[in-house]
Amino acid sequence: MMEQYLSVLVTFCLAAGLVGTMVGAGRLLGPRSDNPVKGESFECGNPSSGSAWGRFSVKFYMTAILFIVFDIEVVFLYPWAVIFRRLGWFGLSEMAVFIFILGLGLLYVWRKGALEWD
Amino acid sequence: MGLEILIAAVKALTVILMVLSLAGVLGWVERKGSALIQDRIGANRASIFGFAGAGLVNTMMADPLKFLTKEDVIPTGVDKLLHTLAPCVNLFPVIVAFAAVPFGDTVEIAGRTIQLQAVQLNVGVLFVLAMASLGVYGVVLGGWASNNRFSLLGGIRGSAQMISYELGMGLSVVVVVMTFGTLDLQEIVRAQGHMIGGILPGWGVFYQPVAFVLFFIAGIAETKRVPFDLPEGESELVSGYFTEYSGIKYLMFFMTDFAEIAVISALVSTFFFGGWQVPFLGDDGFHFGSTSMALPKLIVVLLQLASFMVKVLFFCWFQIMVRWTMPRLRYDQLMRFGWKGMLPVSLLNLVVTAVVIVAFQEWRV
Amino acid sequence: MNTGVFVLLATLLVVAALGVVLARSPIRSALSLVVALFFLAVFFLLLDAQLIAALQVIVYAGAIMVLFLFVIMLLNLQEHPAEMARAGLRFLAGTLASLFLLATIYFTNRSGISNAQGMGAIPDGFDSTAQIAERLFTQHLFAFELTSLLLLVAIISAVVLAKKKLA
Repeated sequence: MMEQYLSVLVTFCLAAGLVGTMVGAGRLLGPRSDNPVKGESFECGNPSSGSAWGRFSVKFYMTAILFIVFDIEVVFLYPWAVIFRRLGWFGLSEMAVFIFILGLGLLYVWRKGALEWD
Repeated sequence: MGLEILIAAVKALTVILMVLSLAGVLGWVERKGSALIQDRIGANRASIFGFAGAGLVNTMMADPLKFLTKEDVIPTGVDKLLHTLAPCVNLFPVIVAFAAVPFGDTVEIAGRTIQLQAVQLNVGVLFVLAMASLGVYGVVLGGWASNNRFSLLGGIRGSAQMISYELGMGLSVVVVVMTFGTLDLQEIVRAQGHMIGGILPGWGVFYQPVAFVLFFIAGIAETKRVPFDLPEGESELVSGYFTEYSGIKYLMFFMTDFAEIAVISALVSTFFFGGWQVPFLGDDGFHFGSTSMALPKLIVVLLQLASFMVKVLFFCWFQIMVRWTMPRLRYDQLMRFGWKGMLPVSLLNLVVTAVVIVAFQEWRV
Repeated sequence: MNTGVFVLLATLLVVAALGVVLARSPIRSALSLVVALFFLAVFFLLLDAQLIAALQVIVYAGAIMVLFLFVIMLLNLQEHPAEMARAGLRFLAGTLASLFLLATIYFTNRSGISNAQGMGAIPDGFDSTAQIAERLFTQHLFAFELTSLLLLVAIISAVVLAKKKLA
């Protein structure tokens, strides 16, 4: 058991160390010279039109919330997939109900045109 | 305890070096490969004494050094901390995800059984998916922190695309888990060791061809490459979410791209092409029906390692070919394909698989 | 669990959690929350709850926090939202949070979870995934099916709200 967690922790530490070293080395080795024009944000040579942080479309929000809902559905499927052979028809029918209800949700979203990107 | 840490560290380092050098090789293969496909000569300056193949070594050594010694420009309006954090957050999960893929069976060294897999978890499949789901942050942070319109658009597009295709990917993985009945990547590979009818290797692709196609498409979408490269589509968004990056941080975004290709290839081989399994090769040598050919354990392990690498490289090359053959999708087409194509088809595939398996309980892998 | 590892991870977790509260920009605050959830997942992992650890990252860090970030970016919340300036609101939020913390400590103490007696070691070869699945799909079947209805309601309400905004 312990071996498993050790492998995870060691890999995490090494990977984090690697990315940290890369950024650190780049900072140490790279030259540095600042000037106001270099600091402008890149807009294909046009004068910068100010900060980019502004509001954007609600469609992305829709995508994110629909993703959460279906992601949770998928998450329930993993433990089920491991033992569904043992549960047999009983397990199959309970998952069928679950998927059917969420399938209705998908159908609703589809019909309402929320999946349309226009 | 100390020895265990050492073993784990050696394995993790091996895998990290593996994925980093794969990323380097792919950077070169992409340049030369695209030239091959488009009937050009391609990168021919980075050769040593006129031998173009040496350009590979040159590229792998020279590129990182060059990027390291270039200025890391941080524009004035950005969120400095997040600007620096984004490439790290982008690269970290990819490396860690690759570490969970088994690259060989067990070996015995000095009486110890060592699994050829850096991150050994009973829930390896979920570990990989969890890391894939963290990949969104590098994109969204890089886009937001840069305070640049192109970056922000690229970051937002990229994250929406990644989460949309994560569903198709997750559902096709569920089907794989159902087929093999385990969440352990090493067990999934082991389950593919038999032969169907004595001639066909028992690879996942022969049991789940639909899931393979779905997973591969979703995987390419997750790597944000053509035909799904809207987050960084050069002709409209400059470089998308890493427009404002330079120096080593730019290289890190680039490495992430290539490492993602390697991860997807490794996962496709693991789930659907038997990972390190070699057809007809058992623990002690080849078995063709009644005839068999004994091999020493070391040769078997090396063959399996080679088999894994060959499969990974093949799928990397396949993705590069896709990249240079396909046109880019429009964003509405991309989202429609994700939500109205991938999602229903993968759900249907899942239901059919479940019914078939339960109806024929004996149909086991 | 090794004490040294625990202390290290706990420190990192607490630092990340403090970051959520103390960060001035809402985006950084949300990101600290992602980091905190990630370390929480590592804790679950060290407690042999592998499935929960993975789901923690997939659902909370990978899905819900993406929505948080989208909302923060969507509304373009600045470093000092107008709500921050209202002392009364801040006081109320602080009081509620402290009360919640105190209540959590009180009930945890009373339930006796904090002293680990009675919690035997986990047997070798214990498969938390199969155990959870077994319980979830037999004993807690009804709750599981209700979840799908809950998710359905979430889908419908999201569509209704977003469509109203679009119109």
